[in-house]
Amino acid sequence: MSATTAGSWRSTLEPQTPGSGSRRGRRGAPQKWGSPFTYFVALLFIAVCIAPVLYIVVGGFRTNSQITTSPAGLPHPWVVTNYTGVLKSVTFWGEFANSVIVGLASTVGIVVLGLMVSFVIARYDFKFKGAMYSLFAAGLMFPLVIAITPLYIVVKDLGLIDSLAGVIIPQIAFGLPTTVIILVPFLRAIPKEIEEAAALDGASRLGFFVRMVLPLSLPGVVTVGILAFIGSWNNFVLPLYIINSQANFTLPLGVQQFSSQYSTDTARVLAFTSLAMLPALIFFTIFQQRIVGGLTGAVKG
Amino acid sequence: MSETLGTDTAIGGQSQGTPRVGGAAETAPPTRPRAAGRRRGRAKMRLEIAVLSGPPIIVFLAFVIFPVALAAYYGFYQWHGYGAATDWVGLNNYKLILTDPAFQQVLWHNLLIVVLSLVIQGPLAILLALLLNQKIRGRTIIRVLIFVPYVISEVIVGTGWSLMLQANGALNDLLAHVGLGSLKADWLASPKLALWTLMAIISWKYIGFAVILMLAGLQAIPEELHEAAAIDGASYWQIQRRITLPLLGPTIRIWAFLSIIGSLQLFDLVYIIWGEYVSGTAGTSTMAIYMVGQGRDAGNYGYGSAIAVVMFLISLIVALIYQRFVLRRDLRGAVTEGAI
Repeated sequence: MSATTAGSWRSTLEPQTPGSGSRRGRRGAPQKWGSPFTYFVALLFIAVCIAPVLYIVVGGFRTNSQITTSPAGLPHPWVVTNYTGVLKSVTFWGEFANSVIVGLASTVGIVVLGLMVSFVIARYDFKFKGAMYSLFAAGLMFPLVIAITPLYIVVKDLGLIDSLAGVIIPQIAFGLPTTVIILVPFLRAIPKEIEEAAALDGASRLGFFVRMVLPLSLPGVVTVGILAFIGSWNNFVLPLYIINSQANFTLPLGVQQFSSQYSTDTARVLAFTSLAMLPALIFFTIFQQRIVGGLTGAVKG
Repeated sequence: MSETLGTDTAIGGQSQGTPRVGGAAETAPPTRPRAAGRRRGRAKMRLEIAVLSGPPIIVFLAFVIFPVALAAYYGFYQWHGYGAATDWVGLNNYKLILTDPAFQQVLWHNLLIVVLSLVIQGPLAILLALLLNQKIRGRTIIRVLIFVPYVISEVIVGTGWSLMLQANGALNDLLAHVGLGSLKADWLASPKLALWTLMAIISWKYIGFAVILMLAGLQAIPEELHEAAAIDGASYWQIQRRITLPLLGPTIRIWAFLSIIGSLQLFDLVYIIWGEYVSGTAGTSTMAIYMVGQGRDAGNYGYGSAIAVVMFLISLIVALIYQRFVLRRDLRGAVTEGAI
């Protein structure tokens, strides 16, 4: 419920942007079929985007001899042993669990800390507000790769080398800039009148934060959370530096190691790779509207 | 919509009749305590600001700003990663970088990647977005499918593509099957081709993101403008050139900014497909690859840090120039202060 409330708030606030309302209207009207050329190009484009992914997934159902004799062929017959082999391996599930732990912890950290500071920047009036925003916005220019060597040293000095915490905490820090950029416009769009009404009712600013801001900014929060999770799921450089022992590997490290260790067993590498990308893909498919919508908001904001 | 809002205003209406405790206390002695109350309010506000923004700022400073500052510091030393850095070499690392042919090479690769990404992906993304913005069926599913390569990690993309592009891989096999056997090539190892292969993979992975951004930008353009222009007799392409493109400007500029910064930092893809050493001979190594090779693998942490600083300065200069001259109107204070 709260999500729809916020959605309609936004669309009433910004009538020029296509809110959920106008889209619903379009869907209601009987839709015309476009020109065949459009469909042709769209299909071609989709094929180019999806074919390599399908190749990885389908390749996992072949045997190595099939792949060697006909690299671009279809499975004949389909074999599931590659997939079952990976699914039975302790290594895969260990790396999967590590990726899940790192992803969830990073996401929670990014969302909670990001909301706190975005709320301050968006709703409080004080001298260093602009400077604070600039500080975080400037963080967009400090990508992880650039800071990786000294970051490694900092993590080492804290004794967090080869631990999941050593990946999680820096990921939270580097996730904050995007979060602030996306959330601040969201929080600022909540009309002042609501805050005043809440104040009249005796709610403190913090009470207003918990009871009104959180539900109203839920769409933005969800977007930020999904981006944080996918970013964490796909992160490679940081674990590459921080994590040494295989017991603490996340999936990207696992994929890299697996593909060099079993470089002759192509089919198994393909199966491992498919299974490693599956969670991010499922996650994305479920929440795609939010991600795309959030990006739109960020660009316009 | 306003279930929340409705109840809230209702409560607001009720509570107007009964003055709050605080309000009553304020009305009794008129002037001075109110100032005290305001002062107390300010102190409370400061406390709230500190409590809310303290932890994020500390984490951010400790793990983003401090490491970057540390890189700048180590850049002045010849340091091998253990013990305190004592071997101060001043600007020597930077002098070395400027004359280091290997660095010039990777810098050149990065510049090529920046330019080619813009030139290849930009026009293509705009055209595809114009096409997909028409009223066709299955728009949602199309948007999901073209976004898939962007969601998959560079590690997986790299692993998959390197298997497909091997000399005896799927692409060459496919070419032979459709009668284009003469086009077979060593896509990854050939120094002539490798950079173009990399560009193809980058374009494949990031074009969906560009198209989605452009689509979002297109949907923000009011349809009435197009209708008005059409009534005035403008052709389809005239409308796109005179109305759509200028109005899409902000989106294009922001996309280009993201693309440039991303290209300057390219690491994962090249590291996975070519690795540190092969990328050098194949001509695809980037600044980030060189930095990691020098710092982590060769143990020249001082020199590696100096490379990191140079990379950062290049990104910063590009970003500042871009903001000053291109993004000025679009961001309206998103990165600089301004309108907050």
